[in-house]
Amino acid sequence: MKPFAYQAPGDAATAVRSVAADPAAVFLGGGTNLVDHLKLGVAAPDLIVDVTAATSNEITDDGAGGLRIGAAVPNSELAADRRVRDRYPVVAQALLSGASGQLRNMATTGGNPLQRTRCVYFQDVTTPCNKRKSGSGCSAIGGYTRYHAILGASEQCIATHPSDLAVALAALDAEVRVLGAAGERGIPFVDLHRLPGEHPELDTVLEHGELILSIDLPPLPMAARSAYRKVRDRASYAFALVSVAAAVDVADGIVRDARIAFGGVAHKPWRATKAEESLRGAPASDDSYRAAAQTELAGAQAQDGIDGGNAFKILLLTRTLVATLRDLAHEET
Amino acid sequence: MTALHSRAIGRDLLRRDGRLKVTGTAPYAYEGPLGKPAYCHLIQATIARGRVTGMDTTSAQAIDGVITVLTADNAERLASTEDNELAVLQSDEVAFRGQIIGAVIAETSEVARHAAGTVQVTYAQEPHDVELSVDRADLYKPYKINPAYPTDTADGDVAAAMASAPVTLENTYTTAMYHNNPMEPHTTTALWDGSLTMWDSTQGVHSARSVIARVFGFDHEQVRVVCPYVGGGFGSKGTPHAHVVVAVMAARATPGRAVKLALTRQQMFFLTGYRTPTIQKMQLAADRDGHLAAIALDVVEQTSRIKEFAEQTGMPTRSMYAAPNRRTTHRLAALDVPVPTWMRAPGECPGMFGPEVALDELAEQLGLDPIELRIRNEPSVDPDSGRPWSSRNLIACLREGAERFGWAERDPAPGVRRQGDWLVGTGVAASVYPTYRMAVSTATLRYERSRYVVEIGAADLGTGTWTTLPQIAADALGVDVDDVDARIGDTDYPIASVAGGSSGMSTWGSAIVEAARAFRDKFGTDPADGDEAEGSVSPPTGKYAMHAFGAQFVEARVHADTGEIRVPRLLGVFAAGRIINPRTARSQFIGGMTMGLSMALHEQSVLDPRFGHVVNHDFADYHISVCADVGDVQAHWIDEYDPHVNAMGSKGIGEIGIVGTAAAVVNAVHHATGVRVRDLPVTLDKVLAQLTPN
Amino acid sequence: MKTELSLDVDGEPYHLAVDTRMTLLDLLRERLGKMSPKKGCDHGQCGACTVLINGRRALACLALAVAHDGSEVVTADGLAHDGALHPVAQAFLDHDAFQCGYCTPGQICSAVGMLDEFAQGWPSAATIYPASEPELDHDEVAERMSGNLCRCGAYANIVPAVQDAAGQMAPR
Repeated sequence: MKPFAYQAPGDAATAVRSVAADPAAVFLGGGTNLVDHLKLGVAAPDLIVDVTAATSNEITDDGAGGLRIGAAVPNSELAADRRVRDRYPVVAQALLSGASGQLRNMATTGGNPLQRTRCVYFQDVTTPCNKRKSGSGCSAIGGYTRYHAILGASEQCIATHPSDLAVALAALDAEVRVLGAAGERGIPFVDLHRLPGEHPELDTVLEHGELILSIDLPPLPMAARSAYRKVRDRASYAFALVSVAAAVDVADGIVRDARIAFGGVAHKPWRATKAEESLRGAPASDDSYRAAAQTELAGAQAQDGIDGGNAFKILLLTRTLVATLRDLAHEET
Repeated sequence: MTALHSRAIGRDLLRRDGRLKVTGTAPYAYEGPLGKPAYCHLIQATIARGRVTGMDTTSAQAIDGVITVLTADNAERLASTEDNELAVLQSDEVAFRGQIIGAVIAETSEVARHAAGTVQVTYAQEPHDVELSVDRADLYKPYKINPAYPTDTADGDVAAAMASAPVTLENTYTTAMYHNNPMEPHTTTALWDGSLTMWDSTQGVHSARSVIARVFGFDHEQVRVVCPYVGGGFGSKGTPHAHVVVAVMAARATPGRAVKLALTRQQMFFLTGYRTPTIQKMQLAADRDGHLAAIALDVVEQTSRIKEFAEQTGMPTRSMYAAPNRRTTHRLAALDVPVPTWMRAPGECPGMFGPEVALDELAEQLGLDPIELRIRNEPSVDPDSGRPWSSRNLIACLREGAERFGWAERDPAPGVRRQGDWLVGTGVAASVYPTYRMAVSTATLRYERSRYVVEIGAADLGTGTWTTLPQIAADALGVDVDDVDARIGDTDYPIASVAGGSSGMSTWGSAIVEAARAFRDKFGTDPADGDEAEGSVSPPTGKYAMHAFGAQFVEARVHADTGEIRVPRLLGVFAAGRIINPRTARSQFIGGMTMGLSMALHEQSVLDPRFGHVVNHDFADYHISVCADVGDVQAHWIDEYDPHVNAMGSKGIGEIGIVGTAAAVVNAVHHATGVRVRDLPVTLDKVLAQLTPN
Repeated sequence: MKTELSLDVDGEPYHLAVDTRMTLLDLLRERLGKMSPKKGCDHGQCGACTVLINGRRALACLALAVAHDGSEVVTADGLAHDGALHPVAQAFLDHDAFQCGYCTPGQICSAVGMLDEFAQGWPSAATIYPASEPELDHDEVAERMSGNLCRCGAYANIVPAVQDAAGQMAPR
């Protein structure tokens, strides 16, 4: 770990100025990913700007049924908030299915979606990785691909995004409020993260020095019946093989509307718009759910690998989506 | 052997070190108060084979707080380099990825680690070869298998039996590469001031001393090893690995100042040993009643190019079941990989996977209950040695387990029970572990301030030694256990064998019984302060085949949509001689079973052949079971006293719990789903495609 | 680079200058000699370093010391009062909920923090619908304790120990 300077400003504008002015500066939230990376050598900043005091740690009602979540709200408090649990159970469930109680007490709302991939080659500075070092090559292709992408990957990178919260936020059409040197702006959550393309080193569309101030959940009555289903290699404290965030509005046996996003399968939380489209107006049945999954996954591409590859994730995700929607629709009637 | 009258033995006593452990104040190897220690961080090779052609330490040396950087160019020459694993920094050769090629000693741990990362290394890389397979042309027959058993055995004619028997089975089973991963990382604190003191996380202070003394050419008297508490070992701390040698080199580079070297979790995946993957070709031949005509196991596994370790995977097949025609073989591939070593129940643990799944498959073929199949093949004497059993109560374990588990109501048909979204099944497998007694151990018994004090350099890995040795001493002396103290974990005490092979209680306890006998002979029942006697273990007579046995029952649930596998119930019944302390014994049994469950469902070190190293080298990616994976785990034992094993009538229990668990899980998953998985771990992707969803 | 900070650890105040790189765990262990929190993985993957920071369970290995200036830190050692073990620690002892002891201080701090979270009505993934009121049954405890690995496999004793302690700590 290289020496670095540390600042903990009391306001966001100062924090943004400090980081924007120094290309080797980074923001620090709960530290659960950054401190990990400092030790691994994946991150080597000159300056760390702690923003836990610079951003809000409150959840506020927007007056229209939506919520504004301050970036410094810990994951555990967000999951415990009554309003979140009642209006957006998918958010609480996603948070609670991630990490551990200790980590959720540390990790923040702003930091969680910005955590970086857990690709084993990205985290190991002795193996080439385009995300860590542009142009060095992708060791994951043809390697250990169990936790890697089946959607939207490129020849440069097949990493997946590890956040559970982000999958729920993508399904709910959340908006991210950010402050940068050029001022404040809002970014639809689904546009926050990128696909790897030719530039896997970039996880998000944020400019250097842009700081997440809050995440806004819009009013969405159907989200009161929403769920997060995570399938993983042990019963707890593990990243997703696949996950599904879903909200459905079913009446008279017909799906009127749906919000669906996938986790563990792409470089970003994967909003399943094709599946949603396929479901609108369809009977609330396993056949419809399966057809929706198949429509969304028509372009899925499995990775070969030393562990047998990850083709199973296509079937697993299909089955998981069907089961999740079935359970939600049951709940509805 | 005179039986010990048991009063303290068998009592459910709290751990004597419990209070220190629940407050976190029991001092492990890193944790002694030592003034101002220096810190050592290792530099590791990033190629799997070749030579180091240059190490530029200039920038590391320039960092404030760096004391020195050790490399092969400046490290001291060792007195003995016969053990290649320990011949660290003696040449420029790289034999596996992650091998130690240098070390930084610094004022703080942060500086040491940072400086280690700044050293520029150049290599002459050679092609490496790390892929184990049965097709390799260079598989070889080791001279012996661990620790000193014959490599192959053969009786009768397996091929003929396979050709003529009405029912046969031939399948290949595989177990993965596993890392011991004790929670306390391997750590050595070393202080050199003309003689050496090592606070080392080890399963045996005397064996650690002996190895280090040999490697450096020290007299034993020059070396003291201290280790009162060990944060788990499971075999990987059974003998010093290369980092211990580096810690001593570092201490000698900073005389008078202690140096702390703690491996990172990641480094443990390269440097502290592991269990070899195994490929097990299993053959069974039987008549229609299930009497075995043949049993054979041909094992292929790996070792490292620089040092051989031949896991004795075929051993349990040699003794478990009666069959006139028998064969076991072991073949190794010597690869450019780290050195494998002992991991909890080496041999028995992987070696009871293939055979115990195969028996389940055979039972299904025969339409016979798997418990009944085992009972029908119960051998009257050890089929391997021809010796009588000192005691063998496998059948009692199977029957009592069946009773407790509710086996009688079981419908053998696979894939037909469903509760909600979950397919439900049950499975059984047998457990076995040899009862070893090591050749060397001595205990001192002294009467000190109206108390009896036992001193022996034994280890407590969490096994309960602090608590159980006084129980044995109390009964051997005929005094109250509260009047006995134990002192262990220090070479200043008499020599003790390594805590391995589940032999600790048997070996150290025997020495204590001898010491008590000598003490009473010399001083009677009214000793004076300072009276002291010594006793030593004697080797086993070799007249009997001595093993502990067990039966494990598993309930598995498999999600019909996703294939997720859960194990809500694990039940084991063991026949392990007299139980010294039921509390610590139960913890050992359920601990072994839980590790067996972890092996069954999760564990797998993924070796990437392109780089030559295990890529999932941390606790996020090498999954061990968490609390939520573990449901009702019960361990029971039958009342067994074995007069032939030792004066206590006890058998070792630290390892048998992990033996057979994985087979029982796989058998239960098959019963739940109808899907037979022969390759561990049994993960959802291996059953998913064959499940019919809702 | 050094920076100054103040901390309260197990009821004792400390003021010291630390390297900005130093984690809270290394500060406790290497600077203050407080060895109760353990280093099992140093990456937030095992829970052995769990302490209570301002009353909440957290991983000291992922906490930069400088980021916790002014915090109150309690380790498993600091849970004992006047020579009496904390009820959770006593329950671990009574249920033999450990073997090697290395994960134990972290388990105990985690359980103490977890019971407080539970008392506040915080949900867990074992609670099927986060809006419902959970019971402290096996699955609930096991899920909430899953951030603490135990290689000795003491989970089957840890869960009843935590339940037992919860019963003793419940307001009567």
